[in-house]
Amino acid sequence: MATDSTSQVIERCEQLFEDIDFAAARAWKEAEPGRKVIGYMPVYVPREIIHAGGMLALGVLGGGENIEVIHGDAYYQSYICRIPRSTIELAITKRLDFVDGMLFPSICDVIRNLSGMWKMMFPDVYTRYFDVPQNFRDDIGGTYYINELNELKTGLEEVSGRKIEDDALRRSIALYNENRRLVNDVYALRAKQPWKAPASEVYLVIRAGMVLDVEEHSQLIRDYLAAAEAEDRPPRDNCRILIQGSFCEQPPLNLIKSIELAGCYIVDDDYILGTRWLLEDVPVDGDPIANLAHAFLHQSTDCAAKYEPDGTRKGHFLVETVRRRGAEGVIFASPSFCDPALLDRPMLGRALSQENIPYISFKYAENSGQMQPIREQAGTFADSIKLWSAA
Amino acid sequence: MTDTTSAEETVKEPSMITQKHMIAANYDRLTSAPESGTKVVSTYVPGNLNELIMCFDMVSNLPEINAINNAMRKKSGGYITEAEKQGHSEDVCTYVKADIGLMSKGAIAPNGKPIPPPDLLLLSYTGCFTFMKWFELLRDEFGCETVMLHIPYEGDGIVTEHMRDYVVKQLKDEVIPALERVSGVKFDIDRLREYLRKSAAAEDDLVWVLQSAKNKPSPIDAFFGGVFYIGPAFTAFRGTDEAIEYYVQLRAEVEDRLARGAGPITPEGEMGPEKYRLVVEGTPNWTSFREFWKMFYDEGAVVVASTYTKVGGMYDFGFRHDPDRPLESLADYCLGCYTNRNLVQRVEILENYLEEYEADGLLINSIKSCNSFSAGQLLMMREVETRTGKPAAFIETDLVDPRYFSASNVRNRMESYFQMIEQKRRGGGSATVAA
Repeated sequence: MATDSTSQVIERCEQLFEDIDFAAARAWKEAEPGRKVIGYMPVYVPREIIHAGGMLALGVLGGGENIEVIHGDAYYQSYICRIPRSTIELAITKRLDFVDGMLFPSICDVIRNLSGMWKMMFPDVYTRYFDVPQNFRDDIGGTYYINELNELKTGLEEVSGRKIEDDALRRSIALYNENRRLVNDVYALRAKQPWKAPASEVYLVIRAGMVLDVEEHSQLIRDYLAAAEAEDRPPRDNCRILIQGSFCEQPPLNLIKSIELAGCYIVDDDYILGTRWLLEDVPVDGDPIANLAHAFLHQSTDCAAKYEPDGTRKGHFLVETVRRRGAEGVIFASPSFCDPALLDRPMLGRALSQENIPYISFKYAENSGQMQPIREQAGTFADSIKLWSAA
Repeated sequence: MTDTTSAEETVKEPSMITQKHMIAANYDRLTSAPESGTKVVSTYVPGNLNELIMCFDMVSNLPEINAINNAMRKKSGGYITEAEKQGHSEDVCTYVKADIGLMSKGAIAPNGKPIPPPDLLLLSYTGCFTFMKWFELLRDEFGCETVMLHIPYEGDGIVTEHMRDYVVKQLKDEVIPALERVSGVKFDIDRLREYLRKSAAAEDDLVWVLQSAKNKPSPIDAFFGGVFYIGPAFTAFRGTDEAIEYYVQLRAEVEDRLARGAGPITPEGEMGPEKYRLVVEGTPNWTSFREFWKMFYDEGAVVVASTYTKVGGMYDFGFRHDPDRPLESLADYCLGCYTNRNLVQRVEILENYLEEYEADGLLINSIKSCNSFSAGQLLMMREVETRTGKPAAFIETDLVDPRYFSASNVRNRMESYFQMIEQKRRGGGSATVAA
């Protein structure tokens, strides 16, 4: 059997990415009677529990650049990021009318309050603000989080109409472990040979996991990895940079392409961070809820949405990632009015400066159209890195 | 009896003078901490643990209050610019930037003396995500011990046992040990009970004063007056005898105004005839506080209930600190602060205020800095209008950044809004006044 080429895999991913009517998720739901779909917003929810209930976990990352916000603006004040506006637009225009439940993770006050808006606007939809502990002791935050997970499980059982058994949850944990390993393989390939896996392709491949069942997505990643490894693409004289601050509202695809066109290989990023939130496999034996809680507390990525209990560790994860990926600089690319990312930036910038790691920063919205300033800024950054490294 | 001696243009009642002295004394205690050996704890107004802090003989520094103070003294704009020069985004909360700018400029308190660096950052993470980042930034600056008290959000509009247990466990195993460690004082739960008993006594009078606005005319303004002199004593002074005495004094003044059928006291004296009764949702603008207030009292508009005065605690729906359940009571207090409630609850609170206080309508002041308050307010406004049939208006300003207060825009909208209320009274329809 012939292997798909990268262009074939990417073509499919592009269709999924551009489809703001979520046809793939609708098709999944219609394939069998009684199927349910649970939407979730950035940054992290334990998708394993949704899957174990026989439901599809649907990532809702806003409407992106292809949706015209007509109604959504009437729900928000002037100064706010775009993701809540476009998400409301998706809902009002009935593009999410097949979604049976929505989860709003603890990330910032905008997403938090959107959970209340959803309760008011869509009272028949199961809506939950998914709180996570900011205390990381097993006997304090862990106990709290296990209760939260059990409440979530009970709520999802009511939506699906079936009990979520431990064995089913263990099977789902195993599938998501595998999916995370594959996602990490893609990131590792890109860090090693970025010319073989351009950032825009990596983004689309990982993004496809927002609308596909986990097993189907894992197969898609395998196809991409095989195709990318096999394809002969010439290296460019690019510098290696890391993107930071894009974990919630996603940039337009053109922004990612523009950074690469400006001479920067993106060798790591925090796009769609929920797919890589847990850093290790979750054990598949023992109590699955306790295992998910333990992974969250002790084996999860750094993110501005999380409290850092140890002040001396602030920014270390970023510095370590820069080192591990062999990055030469960092681009802080955050959505306008993103409180977590923008408030974190000065502290992370200081940590980078202490290690003599250069960085620049700019803001975007999911519908930003003008890429010339981004290209110029990233291009200048790339040139300066090359000059410094040559000196 | 009123006093105009402090400034020609500002009329003050005796309680206001009392409060001014209390706040000045607290700043003196704060700025003299290095000499007195008193340990300083920085913490926030919402979910503040004043009674607990007092158990360790520590003095509180409240960064939001510093920012507000500097806004009213026209200094916050410069501090914000300073923070932005240091790399802080123009998009983020101006309380944070005013605080960081203040530190860069020597951290001078209103008494002209420097605010000492904190010995402990007590991060009571209640109802505002920015708090968490703010204290990480302060920790980055001071490098002092920091303890986090994470208060779960009432996403489903209820407080569950496990939410309360989580908070109590943090108090027992994280917060109290940190306070003991930094202060060198051993925790005494009976001392806490005594402070909580005093808090509850003051809370009864505070609620009486707030609810006096149900009278017509209202003897108080529950938003401008609420934040100016009714509420502030409820932060660094809760649990003290001074707070009890202050609210007794304030209540007596309000009783006197009620007996005389007088309206609220404003900076220019007693307000004239009450024409409009409003409920206000959101935070005040502090840089043009008096100008903003004047737009109300010049038109005979009085705010009979407000939500901002409930970020420091929701007492008017029955909560009282309880000496018999000391730590659980502190947990319930933190969990119940206004901005820790979900939007469904907030709509119910507003609806209740509009009905109970027989208000003419709802005014929302949407704050650029504060998504905790602002995100979703337009939907809340429509829902309240639908439920009550009363007109609403929406204006946009900021907390302490003078660049985001446009007096002419706000005045235009206020004038349109008052016309709308008149139209409604004449039996016409209502339409929202919004940006």
